[in-house]
Amino acid sequence: MAPSAAGLSDLAERPVPAGEASRSRPGVFDRETLQAWLLILPGLMLVVAFTHWPAVRTLLDSLYATPRGSRPAPFVGLANYQGLLDDPVFWQALRNNAIYAAATIPASVVLALVMALAVNQALPGRAMLRMAYFLPTMLPLIAVANIWLFFYTPDYGLFDQIVGLFGAGRHNWLGDAATALPAMIIVAVWKEAGFFMIFSLAALQTMPTDLREAAALEGASRIHFFRRVTLPLLMPTTLFVLVNAVINAFRVIDHVVVMTRGGPDNATTLLMYYIYETGFRFWDTSTAAALTMILLALLGATAWLQFGVFGRRIHYR
Amino acid sequence: MMVAARSRLGFGLETLGAWMLGVLWLLPLLYAAWTSIHPAAFATHFDLTAPLTLQNFEAAWQAAPFARYLLNTVLLVSLILVVQFVLCTLAAFAFARLRFAGRDLLFAIVLLQLMVTPDVLLVENYRTLVQLHLVDTILAIALPYLGSAFGIFLLRQTFLTIPQPLDDAARLEGCGLLARLWRVYVPLARPTYIAYGLVSVSYHWNNFLWPLIITNSVGTRPLTVGLAVFATTDQGIDWSIITAATLMTSAPLLVAFLLFQRQFVASFMRAGIR
Repeated sequence: MAPSAAGLSDLAERPVPAGEASRSRPGVFDRETLQAWLLILPGLMLVVAFTHWPAVRTLLDSLYATPRGSRPAPFVGLANYQGLLDDPVFWQALRNNAIYAAATIPASVVLALVMALAVNQALPGRAMLRMAYFLPTMLPLIAVANIWLFFYTPDYGLFDQIVGLFGAGRHNWLGDAATALPAMIIVAVWKEAGFFMIFSLAALQTMPTDLREAAALEGASRIHFFRRVTLPLLMPTTLFVLVNAVINAFRVIDHVVVMTRGGPDNATTLLMYYIYETGFRFWDTSTAAALTMILLALLGATAWLQFGVFGRRIHYR
Repeated sequence: MMVAARSRLGFGLETLGAWMLGVLWLLPLLYAAWTSIHPAAFATHFDLTAPLTLQNFEAAWQAAPFARYLLNTVLLVSLILVVQFVLCTLAAFAFARLRFAGRDLLFAIVLLQLMVTPDVLLVENYRTLVQLHLVDTILAIALPYLGSAFGIFLLRQTFLTIPQPLDDAARLEGCGLLARLWRVYVPLARPTYIAYGLVSVSYHWNNFLWPLIITNSVGTRPLTVGLAVFATTDQGIDWSIITAATLMTSAPLLVAFLLFQRQFVASFMRAGIR
């Protein structure tokens, strides 16, 4: 469950309480300023020490060579980035991650919507269903990766047994470069759809019922109602879910560590996994820093899209 | 009449579809459960008459120090939860109700963490903890997460909804700043604390990559890392034991979820929607 970028957009419109607006601008040495800084400081220091400070250091490190021994690392400018451009594995990681994101995000967001629509009506066993959809979210990804590893095992695994019923032969799903990445995508969709369902469900439940009644009186078909009323009203939630899905697609790699270690032949190496491998298995911290900067740029672009471009188009509440 | 019949058919099909999806979603877990309670010979072989056994759980429990891993995880999530509650409450109150120089700037700085989480800054955070001589401690796993922009943001939004007159009344009765926070704000924000607490606990119970990097001994490894070490190195491919261990490590959270399902779902909604 990623700490999320939820609801940031309504910050700007927050009305200022009347009592506050009439007071004058607070000074730097006010009693209240001092109190506030004292209250904020412990939390702020920890946030800065483990987010902002390492981000700045990552930028600096990416401009120096990896220190070897006790000699100070020489400044190399953009050489680390140049090295990445010449590194086929980097390009493959980027391509893999693009495919992975392009497949997991729409699939999990659409499935989440379908699930939410399903459990939003009075189906028999609705509570059970909701639990079934949501359960994968609650489990450690590393644990479910173990289960899926077993699923994909050649011969014995359930996957091979099922396709075996249709006459297909033995297949090493994770050992074949063609099927390894799709196999990881399935795990990710399975893990995330239920989480996103929660948000769509919450949005559906706040939808006014008189809209549906009015539509029924007008004789609107369900599909028409869904397209013209439900879907537009779900847009802000969908955008929120989408942003979280993008962040997760670039950040969460526990299953790669356990199931394939990026293999076979880097077929499942995602950007974050490549950072982990470069930083902690090859101990090439400068290249890892340059890779991290690229990841940060991607996340930054996502934030910019959310608040800058889409934020203005979509009507919030 | 026709319309009613057709819509009933439609409803039936929808129910069927929803349930097929549900079964599909549960399948991996059911499969794991089946494997873990049967002898290894039946791991991949379905037979309703197969004998039941708890031996896989026993073997897994014996094969790795899971009790210690469990203790580490419990210590870890409690440490994080308590410190996050205290620090986020203080900061959120200041952002919500105090007027001071630099408020908007500081708040913007904090909010940046929602986009760039410590999870992606592994290499530098590792270096920081090496310099602090804290590698391979439970505190080291917790440290990057103790200051939480998400918690500060969530609590601030809640505190903003608490009526100012309540605060003023407490002030008139002579309550100081911390007393007002403790007696007025914290009790009224209880649902948010529960929501944030559940999200935080499940996140850190399940967290893997950072603990994997920063720990290297039995005394500090949380369950997730312990399970990964166990599954990759110790066991070869005895799936019955591995699935038993997998279910065992997820069990506490799973049981808590099944017991408090409604609360969990409501909490995740609350934490996400604001």
